[in-house]
Amino acid sequence: MTDAVGPRPVVPVIVFPGSNDDRDAQLALERLGADSPRVWHTDETLPAGTAGVVLPGGFSYGDYLRCGAIARFSPVLNAVADFAAGGGLVLGICNGFQILTEAGLLPGALRPNQTLSFVCRDVALTVERTDTPFTSRCEPGADLTVPVKHGDGCWFADDELVAQLEANGQLVLRYAAGANPNGAVADVAGVLNDEGNVFGLMPHPEHAVDPLLGSTDGALILGSLVDAARLSLVLAV
Amino acid sequence: MLVRPKPGILDPQGQAVESSLRHLGFAVGEARVGKLVDVELDTDDRDEALVQLQQMCEQLLTNPLIESYAIELEQT
Repeated sequence: MTDAVGPRPVVPVIVFPGSNDDRDAQLALERLGADSPRVWHTDETLPAGTAGVVLPGGFSYGDYLRCGAIARFSPVLNAVADFAAGGGLVLGICNGFQILTEAGLLPGALRPNQTLSFVCRDVALTVERTDTPFTSRCEPGADLTVPVKHGDGCWFADDELVAQLEANGQLVLRYAAGANPNGAVADVAGVLNDEGNVFGLMPHPEHAVDPLLGSTDGALILGSLVDAARLSLVLAV
Repeated sequence: MLVRPKPGILDPQGQAVESSLRHLGFAVGEARVGKLVDVELDTDDRDEALVQLQQMCEQLLTNPLIESYAIELEQT
């Protein structure tokens, strides 16, 4: 992982009851040069100077009802939604992605995997765009190896919505041909919002940030976020 | 409140149930699996109850992109 130079942007990781990847996300972000306090879901505000927010993976509220359906009503989500509405950078990983779709901050919905099996393995991903705050460290057309681990990762949108997202360039991350682990429509692994500041993905970049973990490709995504968060600090001065 | 996957939405649970039922010898067509949510409301006003239940379905119990709902009222 590369530690970039410059100020350490504050990129908190939100913790819901049942989150379990918050510490991995925190560790990865801090090694990439961010300050990443863990913020409890009942907090009504984000830490001072927040330049990016990460919603981590896990099983918030036991995945009851639908994954992410209950977490979206957490007090902190209002702060996250306000932050996003003001152009703030928000990244949702796995359960975090599910929460962002349930909260209406990202398009589509996450459904149970087509196979009904929990999948836990490395997958090959194709980066469709590198001009986003979440993929700027990737090479255009790059293939990444990042693990997935989920039971409800089958992203769904109807044909009309998929066509619209495709036309807008919002389908930023796809499973490589033949590597779709969950039946997601259009092989979608990660989606950007229309404004380009909120991104969600099912794979876990925070689990691929060290050679010991088998891949460092996840650091390209989290590192891009840290770069963009740092840039927003510099621009704000 | 009955919550169902909308028509056209892939329902792998329904497919698994359908295949198991056929395995048992039942000649079923397509099976779909939804959810049942029972709540108790302290009111005699059916219209008011209906409004409240609709709001519950729309705000929390369903994701309108993928699910539809139906409401049944029962006096206890």
